[in-house]
Amino acid sequence: MVDLTHNFDVLVVGGGNAAICAAITAREAGASVLLLEHAPKPMRGGNSRHTRNMRVMHDKPLSVLTNSYPEEEYFQDLLRVTAGNTDEKLARLTIRQSTETFEWVEERGVLFQPSLSGTLGLSATNAFFLGGGKALLNALYNTAARKGVEVLYDTEVRDLIVEDGFFTGAKIVSRGFPATVKAKSVVAASGGFQANIPWMKEYWGPGAENFIIRGTPYAQGRILKSLLAQGAARIGDPTQCHAIALDARAPQFDGGIATRLDCVPFCVVLNNNGERFYDEGEDMWPKRYAIWGRLIAQQPDQIAYGFLDAKAEKAFMPSVFPAIKANSIAELAGHFGLDAAKVENTIREYNATVRPGTFNGQKLDDCRTEGLTPPKSHWAQTIDTPPFIGYPLRPGITFTYLGVKVDENARVLMDDGKPSANMFAAGEVMAGNVLGKGYLAGIGMTIGSVFGRIAGKEAARYARN
Amino acid sequence: MRATENTAEARRTIEICNACRYCETYCAVFPAMTLQRAFTDEDLGYFANLCHNCKGCYQACQYAPPHEFGVNLPQTFAELRNETYEEYAWPNGSGRLFERNGTIVSLAAAAAIAFVLIAIMALRSPGILYAPQTGPGAFYRIVPWGVMTAFAGAAFIYAIVAMAIGAMRFWKDTQSDLSGPITLKALARALHDAATLRYLGNDGKGCNDLDDQYSQTRRRLHHLMAYGFLLCFAATSVATVYDHFLNWPAPYPVLSWPVMLGTFGGVGLTVGTIGLIWVKIVTDPAPVSRKVAGGEYALLTLLLLAAVTGLVLLAARETAAMGILLAVHLGIILALFLALPYSKFVHSVYRSAALLKAAIERERNKPLGE
Repeated sequence: MVDLTHNFDVLVVGGGNAAICAAITAREAGASVLLLEHAPKPMRGGNSRHTRNMRVMHDKPLSVLTNSYPEEEYFQDLLRVTAGNTDEKLARLTIRQSTETFEWVEERGVLFQPSLSGTLGLSATNAFFLGGGKALLNALYNTAARKGVEVLYDTEVRDLIVEDGFFTGAKIVSRGFPATVKAKSVVAASGGFQANIPWMKEYWGPGAENFIIRGTPYAQGRILKSLLAQGAARIGDPTQCHAIALDARAPQFDGGIATRLDCVPFCVVLNNNGERFYDEGEDMWPKRYAIWGRLIAQQPDQIAYGFLDAKAEKAFMPSVFPAIKANSIAELAGHFGLDAAKVENTIREYNATVRPGTFNGQKLDDCRTEGLTPPKSHWAQTIDTPPFIGYPLRPGITFTYLGVKVDENARVLMDDGKPSANMFAAGEVMAGNVLGKGYLAGIGMTIGSVFGRIAGKEAARYARN
Repeated sequence: MRATENTAEARRTIEICNACRYCETYCAVFPAMTLQRAFTDEDLGYFANLCHNCKGCYQACQYAPPHEFGVNLPQTFAELRNETYEEYAWPNGSGRLFERNGTIVSLAAAAAIAFVLIAIMALRSPGILYAPQTGPGAFYRIVPWGVMTAFAGAAFIYAIVAMAIGAMRFWKDTQSDLSGPITLKALARALHDAATLRYLGNDGKGCNDLDDQYSQTRRRLHHLMAYGFLLCFAATSVATVYDHFLNWPAPYPVLSWPVMLGTFGGVGLTVGTIGLIWVKIVTDPAPVSRKVAGGEYALLTLLLLAAVTGLVLLAARETAAMGILLAVHLGIILALFLALPYSKFVHSVYRSAALLKAAIERERNKPLGE
């Protein structure tokens, strides 16, 4: 039994990768550590349970990582995806420490594997967790338990008690029972707010009801809101989130990787009015999938429908839900409740503009439309061979960008620009400092591990002094 | 393969796995899965037999219960595997013995022991069971050599024939491609993977045999059991050669090949089976199928009894208890051989065949999506 009347050295709020890395580091530095995870044990780990790799700088082949991935190349990749929306000092710190951090997690029981099929391009940059993020969490939680970190599941931190930027305790509800815990320092590793639909509606309007949250339902942003309300400086655009195209049949939360749909480049994508709205074949899918969440979110009722025919059926990997098939366009449109005549007309117009070409799903091919608005620049084939195939699409939200500002010691910066003495942040709640826009595969876990370790070390140092 | 609730559940699950693929390097099932985008019942039966029940994929699964996708591949495959044993068993209809397998194997063991005891009493004199027998040919004064060899040999040959027919049915049904040559390399790879339990080992990292931590416990215990079994079999074979061809009847001295092989094998079998029963009792129950547990316990117990009665017989072979001990030991061996093709033992046959199919496919194909 955890003694909640004990005055812990370090309180860790959250249960994902950043939280558990912070807890282990603080414990290894000699601090007494209490970690509070909102989820029950089988669902522990926040969004980390859906991840699969971390991006690691290395100057020569390292464990499962091939070739090299030097600091400058890593930083340029980050600059490109964020369009400069990054704090260079913190970004370079993350990148430089990623090598040592990778070895640190490996030493603490996390197993890695060579990159997966379909992701071979990442073998030089990303180290894949054997079995994925949940297996990583299992290993780290086991290490934490062995070292004596106290963990409480089913325990939500409702509010941080802060006086003039100084943390004194937290109001919690543990398995239904309210309590107050005291600690000398706190690490906020409590994630973003993407699962808080009312909060999302503040920026997206009622349409946010139709968003599918790819990760944990526990990312409610309570601690983020508490910190911001108590004078922590904010970073990141609150209206922005990482959103991709998802199968509309996905569960509202926690659908993870298996509900993504890779069909868009080979489809004609229509909105509720039976109209096209964007160039489906603009670029290779890995470079475009992250804009489609936003595109669909801007359509009426936040829904879209991908149409293709038998020719393109095998051009992409199947999703977890079966394709919807019909013998005519009208029948398929009817299945989705669309105006059949309108859809037939849109497809007819599209078919008439498709130029002859040689289809190749693996590269930017020469199959395109001519004289169509918006155009389809690649992989445009006529849709005329039954069975006709359709997928319903919704915006799938991965994470939000809003966070608290931190310094290089993971200390939360207050509105006056001064760091809090005993409040630290790690993971998605501060990732916006490094990743202010866009996404770079595997960097979320790297930020979480690197800043989790820094926050754990500094929080323990403060508490032990 | 019949379409059943288990094939439907396996298909639903494996389609989720094929859209996720995080487990791709755990074992041979996932690389085999990535070669396809749609799965027949036969494919699923093949995957189920390729699965070593290491539970790595369950412990790592973001979709495991209480997630609404409810993915529990080790449990689903364990139940489907049992159905494939039913499906391919020879002669036709004997597959029903895999339902309530624990009860059936236990009853078979009891019946065989009783049969041997009653036969000795009826055919020899009851007193012979209680009198000490020593010197060359001591065992055969209880059960004549010819009778012992005839029964054991017939039961053993029956088991081999039945399991070989089962393996052929599995091979044919899963549309394993025999048209191309099976290379020596594929054969060696399959043999190596089976003999080392590669997929319970994960390149030396072990499997999730007890909980969500990796350990080599189950793999090592299985090695003790399997190689113990083979040593015991070798002991019997050497003894047969000594007796039949060298005219040197049992019992043999302690420092002879049959006794040494039998002792080491018996100890391995004893420790291995007790250990594996312990693993079954203490392991995380979530990914385990309770439906097939009875048959698993029954075979482990039968193997354990075979080893223990053999060791006790060795220790007490010069006392008056030898007669009864020999009768019980032979009864258990008879039961074991008769039960082999209708027990969990058949997993070794189908697993090896599945590993061979995987090795062949690996040589010929590349995963989709690359």
